[in-house]
Amino acid sequence: MARTKAAPASTACVALVGNPNSGKTTLFNALTGMNQKVGNYPGVTVEKVTGTYSHQGSQYEVVDVPGLYSMRPVSLDEELATKAMAGTEGRPPDVIVFVLDASNLERNLFLFSQTLAAGLPTVVALTMTDMLARERAEIDVAALESRLGVPVVNVVAHRKQGLAELQDAVARAIAERTVPDIDLGFPTVVREAVFRLHDALARAGIDANRSEVREALLNPESAWNSKLEGNPDIVRAFQEERQAVLGESIQGRTVDAQTRYAWAAKVRRAVLHSSDSRVRAVSDAIDRVLTHRVFGLLIFFGLMYLVFQSIYTFASPIMGWIENGIQAVQAAVSPALAGTPLLQSLVVDGVLAGIGAVVVFLPQIAILFCFIGILEGTGYLARAAFLMDRILGWCGLNGRAFIPLLSSFACAVPGIMAARVMPDARSRMATALVAPFMSCSARLPVYVLLIGAFVEPQFGPAVAGAVLFLMHFVGLAVAVPMVWILNRSLFKTKRLPFVLELPRYQWPRWRDVALTVTTRVKVFLQTAGTIIFVMSIVIWALLSFPKSEAMDSRYKAAYQSQSESFKEARSEENYIQAQRVRDSYLGQFGRAIEPAFVPAGFDWRITTAVLAAFPAREVVVSALGIIFSLGGDADEESVDLRSALAQARWPDGRPLMTMASAASLMVFFALCAQCLATLATIKRETGSWKWAAFSFASMTTLAYLAAVVVFQVGSRLL
Amino acid sequence: MSESLKRPKFCRGMVCRVTCVTGDGEHVCRLLDLGLTPGTEFSVVKVAPLGDPVEIDVRGARLCLRRRETQGLDFEQVEQSG
Repeated sequence: MARTKAAPASTACVALVGNPNSGKTTLFNALTGMNQKVGNYPGVTVEKVTGTYSHQGSQYEVVDVPGLYSMRPVSLDEELATKAMAGTEGRPPDVIVFVLDASNLERNLFLFSQTLAAGLPTVVALTMTDMLARERAEIDVAALESRLGVPVVNVVAHRKQGLAELQDAVARAIAERTVPDIDLGFPTVVREAVFRLHDALARAGIDANRSEVREALLNPESAWNSKLEGNPDIVRAFQEERQAVLGESIQGRTVDAQTRYAWAAKVRRAVLHSSDSRVRAVSDAIDRVLTHRVFGLLIFFGLMYLVFQSIYTFASPIMGWIENGIQAVQAAVSPALAGTPLLQSLVVDGVLAGIGAVVVFLPQIAILFCFIGILEGTGYLARAAFLMDRILGWCGLNGRAFIPLLSSFACAVPGIMAARVMPDARSRMATALVAPFMSCSARLPVYVLLIGAFVEPQFGPAVAGAVLFLMHFVGLAVAVPMVWILNRSLFKTKRLPFVLELPRYQWPRWRDVALTVTTRVKVFLQTAGTIIFVMSIVIWALLSFPKSEAMDSRYKAAYQSQSESFKEARSEENYIQAQRVRDSYLGQFGRAIEPAFVPAGFDWRITTAVLAAFPAREVVVSALGIIFSLGGDADEESVDLRSALAQARWPDGRPLMTMASAASLMVFFALCAQCLATLATIKRETGSWKWAAFSFASMTTLAYLAAVVVFQVGSRLL
Repeated sequence: MSESLKRPKFCRGMVCRVTCVTGDGEHVCRLLDLGLTPGTEFSVVKVAPLGDPVEIDVRGARLCLRRRETQGLDFEQVEQSG
């Protein structure tokens, strides 16, 4: 199977449409396997997933349309889904494969009745029949086929059953182009009105089928009505008929929904044969434990602890291996390039460090999405959201935000990516924007360094521990009001009810879990990874230039003229490195904006270290090491670095770092967006730089203001 | 034994029927799309440990809804089982 970039004209386009949780993704994975492309609709957290397969020599492109409940879009995802089907995004599909969940017939049939209005050839893929069989229920496929007027293929996607038949049916549907037409049993008044309006339209030369006319009649907000605006007679005719049939506007949708559901219930009664009344017995028994008010919560917190430990603790040895591996490559490459220092620096500190900065995220992403794949696949994720909704719901989030936010305490990158477990675009956006406020593990070195240098010597280890603990809640304390405000300003439009489906428990499909993990890793490497890599090299360049022989010899001379005790404290190499950073573009910029940071208690050295930490927060520690002439190997436990910070002075002799400025710096790091990977991930997940810029600007502003307040208040109190 | 209350408080095991649509807007449309049309009966399967949301069985599907987000629909209690 060859992967095609742009589908040639001979490739047929298949739209995979269905309810959320209908088994659509499993079917999509089974049909297309590894031939998937994941993109993003611009500016929204909705992914566009397409894949290809070939069948009997023809190529098919499959669009995995976001799961939807109604063709009358009320959510952003649904809007894009209906657009994808109408063909306003790219070309219209040649055929619809409607994924019909046999265990949830009525609601699935409701959506099916609406997709008919698209007037496209349709094939029904009947899923979850294996689950029904376990509950001793059965669907009469032939009866369903005759009721729906379209081919129905029973598929068990994870066992690859029925796939070939489905592909045959798709090929036939495209060749025959038969458009289904069924009687949904609308009330006579509606049908007569539609008949009259259809005639009126035909006389006016407007081409429309009956279901489109009915849609326009029953739903005054539908897109169809705006198309009629140029024709006042027709608009008036519609208004009169609507008045006669319905009265109030909401009644239109009520009549419509009632009719469709009545039809769906009739079909269900005709095709579903159940010999056992113990429907969902097993699933309900599991639920009695897993959503129990005591055991349910205990199991939930136990599982969440396991997830968190896995990405926080268990991932760290793997990340250590990656870092050691990169260092080994750096050490191996470095001597070979010793003759050309600039190239050596570019390759070692720029390119290899940049690759390291990307790859180091993979263990956490892979582990988290493995958990999410399993939890989602079994149906537990929905239960977790059910348990947690009350805690997160009041500020405008919902229960599904728990895992993304918890993960963000380890690292915001997998946390933001995990926001896609949320069902709607707006709550995904809100979650992605607050996730970076959670205190990630990269903030820890900053806290340990500063608490070790300033809090512990004065107040002892107990207070130091308490401060470290409290620092983890600074971001949360700011994030909660922030999401509350976001939901009342930016995301105010269209507050939808939070709908959570509790599907039956099932075993996770390992193939789906594996595909989830590989897709997420691939997406991260391709999009966020590229941005992180390029920006790492830009920051390297800003720290390495300008650079000249003349400057280096000036630094050497300056070092030689220093006192012996000065030279004893720092090596020539480290001294020169510190001077280079001071005179680099970034150092110049740090010195230029020093006045802005003085109110927060930072001098140019701290400011430059903060700027140099833009790729990742923890870099601030080694940047301080370099700036204080201790070399870049200094870590947060370094005694030399702690004492260098404690002894640093302003030009007028006042100590640079006091309790107030240490607190200010910690608060700044708790709130700032000095993490390139996070911003790159926000860009990727929201499909727009706008949100990454918004996140950076709002977090930096908050961090700056909070740091100023802490320093100003702190230096007066302490 | 039908007990008519305008908006009964949900509790476990209760069976309710949607009587009429009183609200308007996207929010109510979503509830209609999910099958909560007038005349539909649903049962309350479970209330979350923290009191909200509630799990209901409607047309064979299990859905969770927040109590306050059922505004716009009127219910009556049909029976109390269990």
